[in-house]
Amino acid sequence: MKDAREALVRVDGLKVHFEIREGFLSGLLSKEKKVVRAVDGVTFTIDRGEILSLVGESGSGKTTVGKAILQLVQPTEGAVVFEGAPVSQDREGLKAFRQNAQMVFQDPYQALNPRHYIIDIVAEPLDVAGLVKTSEEREQRVREALEQAGLTPADDYFYRYPYELSGGQRQRVVIAGALILGPRFIVADEPVSMLDASIRTGILKLMIHLRDTKGIAYLFITHDLSLAWLISDRIAIMYLGRVMEIGTADEIIKAGLHPYTQALMAIMPVPGQTREGERPVLEGETPNAAVEITGCKFSSRCPRATERCRQEQPELMEVAPGHSVACFPVQEEHRSSTEHIAGNE
Amino acid sequence: MKLLEVNNLKTYFKTSKGMLKAVDDVSFDLEHGEALGLVGESGCGKTTSALSIARLLPKEGRIVGGQILLDGRDVIPAPESELRRRRWTDVSIIFQGAMNALNPVMTVGKQISEAIVLHEKASEADALRKTKDLLELVEIPSDRYKHYPHEFSGGMKQRAMIAMALACDPKLIIGDEPTTALDVMIQAQILNLLERLRRELSMGMILITHDLAILGETCDKIAVMYAGKIVETGSVKDIFEDARHPYTKRLIGCFPNVKGPKTVPAGIEGFPPNLLDPPSGCAFHPRCEFACDICIAQTPEPVNVGGKHIVACHLKEARQ
Repeated sequence: MKDAREALVRVDGLKVHFEIREGFLSGLLSKEKKVVRAVDGVTFTIDRGEILSLVGESGSGKTTVGKAILQLVQPTEGAVVFEGAPVSQDREGLKAFRQNAQMVFQDPYQALNPRHYIIDIVAEPLDVAGLVKTSEEREQRVREALEQAGLTPADDYFYRYPYELSGGQRQRVVIAGALILGPRFIVADEPVSMLDASIRTGILKLMIHLRDTKGIAYLFITHDLSLAWLISDRIAIMYLGRVMEIGTADEIIKAGLHPYTQALMAIMPVPGQTREGERPVLEGETPNAAVEITGCKFSSRCPRATERCRQEQPELMEVAPGHSVACFPVQEEHRSSTEHIAGNE
Repeated sequence: MKLLEVNNLKTYFKTSKGMLKAVDDVSFDLEHGEALGLVGESGCGKTTSALSIARLLPKEGRIVGGQILLDGRDVIPAPESELRRRRWTDVSIIFQGAMNALNPVMTVGKQISEAIVLHEKASEADALRKTKDLLELVEIPSDRYKHYPHEFSGGMKQRAMIAMALACDPKLIIGDEPTTALDVMIQAQILNLLERLRRELSMGMILITHDLAILGETCDKIAVMYAGKIVETGSVKDIFEDARHPYTKRLIGCFPNVKGPKTVPAGIEGFPPNLLDPPSGCAFHPRCEFACDICIAQTPEPVNVGGKHIVACHLKEARQ
């Protein structure tokens, strides 16, 4: 089904399970291997030039989704389709794919090799892919990438070490390294969470500028719902390896329907806003991902959970164009309200 | 009498490259049961201010001037023996990522009761009883006192650290980014807890954070720090609705606000100054769009602009 409306990235029923290494003896004695279901059936699409935010708490599997798309971890099940074709597993196929899809990591203090010059760090993808022949060409490509990342004059940065740069400048170097191969898609994993507030907006503006000028699409991974709203077109809310709700950024923030989304919204601090009384905190703690949960992953903490929620796992269902929710009570409400409307007509 | 009065505090660090003025002429105060938010970017001196109050500075750091009146008595000239007594009972600190500060080979209960035995000269049995009460206070079932840190979740460890900070009923508790490494749901839980404890035990609290967004709903007043100085202090309302200092205004603008317009804010050009070689005059002038000659020449003195709202800026609009 390759047509003009095919999304840039399509993730279909993605699962990533990690086996837990147990002690030798218990490994021999127990028949079943324990697995952590880091990602347990995730489906979404990203269009060209679109920014989709993946929001969740630690352990929700959001980073693993990003890595699985780029084949940095092996998916257990499901497909990743890029520009209409499944991402190839073989060496040549991956090499071609990686020129189109890159990753920006969270910590610019750890992502850069402290012993390498900036020029060598940024040029590394070129060197690995064997794309340039002369050093002039290499310099020119690095110059362009650094300039695109807002580091000008670029030549001043060539022979400097990472420790000579501030956090914001380092993150721009990381971005330059991701840009140098001219990707159409970037997975950005908490790219600003290590940076000070006044530096953050510069990096966010850069990312949006690159989207607007080069049509780069992003999967923006964050724990910060208000930041996700600010930067993205759509938001997907993850909990324990599943997408609970997905929709446009405004719809999720202003009219989120899933009880988990609503719980996150209820505790979200808004600058300058005072609060009467306690924050409505969810009961209990996020269950261990190594324990298999029948039914909805959120049911143990959900104020609206019914018997069905504990028995059966809900799938995403569209409740408004482009807005899908995986929650039985919400889906039933939606059905009865649409039937009501249909009955009235 | 005020719980805490910090007057013209100067804390400098001796480094191989010269004197670093981490805290330079900082003044603020706190009533019993009041909460102050100390906000600023990394390196602005907020943690050093806290460490100065508890006199827990690393050996390179030295308080070179000012007064820290805690419950009316200055802690700066106090000898180590007195400080040791006053820490825990007068002031205790909850550090960032404190959950990693628990000893992994000692039960949580033992770690808390150790402090009580040492500081209150209590018997083991009394200390254990108090430990259980403290755990209940931070919403951990008291029978978990015999568990080891690895048996606790991240949020529980942080709550255990809060229980430990409360072990000797301090009058002032300082939270240095106490929720920064935690998930949002656990952050909300910890903030609820700190507010409840402050109310019930009428403790003073200083909350140090880079996250301006949480201060509105947690604190009574806010002090904004930049390059070792407080640039603006005021009630939560003063700061969010009537910010005067250009830095405060821009900083507030840097935080996404889902109730506001969906545009990426301007941010602040440039980056925080090197405190070994700070800019002349107002330290913010190289990044300030309104800077004029006097800002480069002269350090602005704090002026009161109404109520308890104080701002250190040369601009006429800021001072009116």
